[in-house]
Amino acid sequence: MRVMVLVKASEDSEQGNYADHADEFVAMGKYNEELLKAGIMLAGEGLTPSSEGKRVAFGDEGGTRVIDGPFAEAKELVGGFWIWQVSSMEEAVEWLKRAPLRGTSVELRRIAEVADFEGQLPQDVIDGERRLRAQSGQQS
Amino acid sequence: MLPDTAAKRRVEAVWRIESARLIAGLARATGDVGLAEDLAQDALVAALEQWPVSGVPDNPGAWLTAVARRRYVDGVRRRVTFERKAAELGRELAEAGNPMDEIEFDAHVDDDVLRLIFTACHPVLSRDARAALTLKLVAGLPTEQIARAFLVSVPTMAARVTRAKKALGDAGVPFEVPVGAELAARLASVLEVVYLIFNEGYAATSGESWTRAELCGEAMRLGRMLAALAPDEPEVHGLVALMEIQASRLPARSGPGGELVTLLDQDRSRWNRLLITRGLESLARAASLSGSEVSGPYVIQAALAACHARALTVADTDWTRIATLYRILGSLTPSPVIELNRAVAVSMADGPAAALPIVDSLAGDPALRRYHLLASVRGDLLFRLGRHAEAKADFERAAAMTGNEAERAHLLRRAAACAR
Repeated sequence: MRVMVLVKASEDSEQGNYADHADEFVAMGKYNEELLKAGIMLAGEGLTPSSEGKRVAFGDEGGTRVIDGPFAEAKELVGGFWIWQVSSMEEAVEWLKRAPLRGTSVELRRIAEVADFEGQLPQDVIDGERRLRAQSGQQS
Repeated sequence: MLPDTAAKRRVEAVWRIESARLIAGLARATGDVGLAEDLAQDALVAALEQWPVSGVPDNPGAWLTAVARRRYVDGVRRRVTFERKAAELGRELAEAGNPMDEIEFDAHVDDDVLRLIFTACHPVLSRDARAALTLKLVAGLPTEQIARAFLVSVPTMAARVTRAKKALGDAGVPFEVPVGAELAARLASVLEVVYLIFNEGYAATSGESWTRAELCGEAMRLGRMLAALAPDEPEVHGLVALMEIQASRLPARSGPGGELVTLLDQDRSRWNRLLITRGLESLARAASLSGSEVSGPYVIQAALAACHARALTVADTDWTRIATLYRILGSLTPSPVIELNRAVAVSMADGPAAALPIVDSLAGDPALRRYHLLASVRGDLLFRLGRHAEAKADFERAAAMTGNEAERAHLLRRAAACAR
């Protein structure tokens, strides 16, 4: 199974203040190396401060409105993520416990597979959704 | 007392993470992979008894190591006592130089795990034994799961693992990564095992289930481990690329009724883009290490898979390049199966008439006499040439030869279509 690991932003990460966190960077680098050597890390990225971000709000009746960052409540924001391939949610939890993190909580979410939609959505809807996703992936 | 399920699952999760490093460290210290595995299993049993009550320790790897180490020292003492050779105790422990002290989570660990992989995949063992031992020792899978994956009974698989461990001991296989000229051959043996495991998962050759995706996942995990532990080997990255790209197609390989959907009929929007991206990155790494996209068999096969992965539609496929890659692959590792694949590519690039002579030249090959795909490909070419009666006969012949239910149904559908 694949899981997404959502790490929350912090006040410092929102300030783009990395200088005070050199030790954590080194520790995180080592941790990522362990994930790689275990063969479970499919992807992992850190996000820049939300001041560089945008939000697009969709109206109930359609229409869109663009809101510039920064966004309030650093603890509600995502600061980075991993995608792991593991044999069970328990294994993901055990890996996550080894992460060099302090004073934050990290969310583990299983990534949906085709089987999760089957029976609930018509097959052509599932296929259509995936086709769009594939094309956008191909262009980038 | 049996632990409850949730606690047992936690212990198993920790085991998946720790077992390879634990067994590898013990094997280096004792010089005996079989003994190392026994000691590690003892530690696992202790964990299953104690952790559900006491909780998982902060450093479970160190805990498991400490238990295994105690068992080892106890074992040496007991043996020495039985034989009433008290003097030997001092000598034996001194000779060993307290090897257990060396087991730490340090720079040795990566080398130890790599040694473990090479030892489990030693050519002195049969391919099946190598695969079983690798899944047991390196992937940390329980015997029951390996048995299920390979469609044999648990006692059969347990016996296979035991025999393999004994064979390594009997042959005096050293616990090391080979160097020099031996490395290439031994690495090929490792990659062969990983890809065998992958293929067991990718296409079951018997039984009802078309894919056993768990084995694909295990093989990919092993491949990625190897790529991280031996980053300078192009063929390792080639194999990883090949598996990532092939696995990207798993969601598209079976229809709603579980029937086979062949590559060209697959809904490409179902292909997993993340795995394709990863596969193309690994292929690029392999190519930059060796300076070529055609350096070794796995790199070439990955390049072939990449031709399909890059094509958003079947019509976009570069069949001429695919035919060329098969020709190069065939010159490197001659095989009638590769030649058959080349024929398919030629038929797509230049039409079925150009490919039929290649297929017919393989008809007498004894290696393909019971190979259903030869008849299946021939049926397809004849169908496209409008020779429907001959095509029908070939599809039926192919259906009779395959051991896979889903594939048989697919071939019989094609045979029926010829009659219309």
